[in-house]
Amino acid sequence: MRDDAAIVVQDVNRIYKVRGPKRRSDPQEVTALADVNLDVKRGELFGLLGPNGAGKTTLIKILATLLLPSSGTALVDGFDVVKEQKAIRRRISMVSGGETSGYGLLTVEENLWMFARLYGLDNKTAKERIDSMLKLMGLADRRRTKIADLSTGLRQKMNFIRGFISDPSVVFLDEPTLGLDVGAARDVRAFVEEWMDDRPDRTMVLTTHYMAEADELCDRIAIIDRGRIIACDTPENLKRSLKEETVFHLKVAPLGKRPEANEHRIEAVHGVRRVSTTEVNGHTEVTLILETEEALAGVIGHLEARGSNLLSLEKQEPSLEDVFVRMVGRSLSVDTSQRDE
Amino acid sequence: MITSRLLDLPLLRRSDALRTFSIAAWLGWQIESNWADPLLFAVYAIARPVASVLILVVMYSVITEGATQEPIFAYIYLGNALYILVSQVITGTSWAVIDDREHYRTMKQLHTSPMDGYAYLMGRGVARLIIGTISVLIVVGVGLIAFDLPLYPLTINWGLFLLSTVLGILSLAAIGIMLGGATMMMARHFWSVGEAVAGSLYLFTGAIFPLDVLPAWIRPLGFVFPVTYWLELARRALLGDNVPRFETLAAFSNGQLLGILVLFTIGLLGLSILFYRWALHQAKERGMIDLETNY
Repeated sequence: MRDDAAIVVQDVNRIYKVRGPKRRSDPQEVTALADVNLDVKRGELFGLLGPNGAGKTTLIKILATLLLPSSGTALVDGFDVVKEQKAIRRRISMVSGGETSGYGLLTVEENLWMFARLYGLDNKTAKERIDSMLKLMGLADRRRTKIADLSTGLRQKMNFIRGFISDPSVVFLDEPTLGLDVGAARDVRAFVEEWMDDRPDRTMVLTTHYMAEADELCDRIAIIDRGRIIACDTPENLKRSLKEETVFHLKVAPLGKRPEANEHRIEAVHGVRRVSTTEVNGHTEVTLILETEEALAGVIGHLEARGSNLLSLEKQEPSLEDVFVRMVGRSLSVDTSQRDE
Repeated sequence: MITSRLLDLPLLRRSDALRTFSIAAWLGWQIESNWADPLLFAVYAIARPVASVLILVVMYSVITEGATQEPIFAYIYLGNALYILVSQVITGTSWAVIDDREHYRTMKQLHTSPMDGYAYLMGRGVARLIIGTISVLIVVGVGLIAFDLPLYPLTINWGLFLLSTVLGILSLAAIGIMLGGATMMMARHFWSVGEAVAGSLYLFTGAIFPLDVLPAWIRPLGFVFPVTYWLELARRALLGDNVPRFETLAAFSNGQLLGILVLFTIGLLGLSILFYRWALHQAKERGMIDLETNY
């Protein structure tokens, strides 16, 4: 393992056996991860981007020792996720967004204290860290509130604190701002940046649906789809990969009732590389990735021929969302209602 | 707070297992002693065991035409009273898996921490052991007052009683942990496994009737459970050697029974450690550690 690597993933596969609806039916194999290779450097904030069911959570669970890989090897801080789980667990922490778990009859303080002690912190250190983190996250006035009496957002904040109380060297954040209001999400992002800046040897792996969040926070990003890593680079380099192509955002009404069929029809227009559509308040937003600007005329002609009105048209600098559409073939926002892994 | 200082003793800081055990015991007590509704707790810890023992007394009285002064009555009564611990300890340890996974949804947090999973389940059983002990004391107290049980503190063999009870409880915890391990591998929740196993052991441990009345092919099951030897030893220690008892183990001396109990308890503890490790590995292989059925 390289000295500067906090995480090394080599040829990792993960296959789930899923039983059919009938009790005696043979289990079917579902591939959640296929030949995944990845290096995360020490001190890096690494993003995993992918639609629901892409394998992000499966990969994080393997690295956090909650799940065994079907084959391949993965090392966290130099320790094997199969053979040296306890050594890994001393160094890591995991926080999942939307997590409202916790012992409802314990107070916020008691719950945090309990996990701090399970991580091996002595009483004094545990209490000092709880104090400072509660203040930092704006939960100090709720320290004696029972978890059962906390709102969902405050519970999430408490779980976020729990994830950092042991001062782990590697943190896995799985959709940390999921379900948080704008202010709370901003607090979380600010905390993440501060925490990473605080010590250069801290490493974080972040999965998120929010492209802007990934763009803002991550040093490098891997795009994962159907269990495979299809791109891995810095946000700037990923966006630069689209520089030779042209990105347009169109608002159209009406486009038609079947988004997939519409996308296929537009993609058939000469010079169109990728199309993704999203229905928003009675109109359709279309992201076009074109080989050259000249191809736009063909698309507009196609839309007019189908009786669609062009409401607006905007040429844009490529964003991570555009990179995602180019790589995966669909927008991330259309997947958010589906279940992950 | 005093508790947090107690749980921060140097020994507990150094050992993952001891620290996990003590924290889990603290957590278990917070959960089980949540006496927000004292009436509910009274029903659970007092009325339920007393009612169950009274059912037995009524049945015994009907069959023997009210011969509760017979020496064998005390032997059966105490077997039934001590049996409360069987259900409480087995259920207390195995239930923690379901509770954490389905109710509190903390399995992910717990199993990404460096805690010792075996010690954690053992610790979570402590609270139920305490409540079970309270229930046993209440039931024995009722027996002393209502049925004049022949229990005399000066004649009780306290050493034998305490030693056999510690071994008995350890073997019960081992059974509970194995059930907890099995629960981790179940996709559907396994709510009543602890109660079910504790209930079925009632038949095979000579608590209220001798193993000899069971069909010959099923009797060996009773002989491999340490609980059988613990109940026999505890009753001998409490009532003395001259009180009538079931014939099943009458030929064995206290020393022989204690030897068997020690061996079986060690064997069961070893087996439970191996089984728990295997079950945890299986659960991680199948992706079931943090599975929530939402039933």
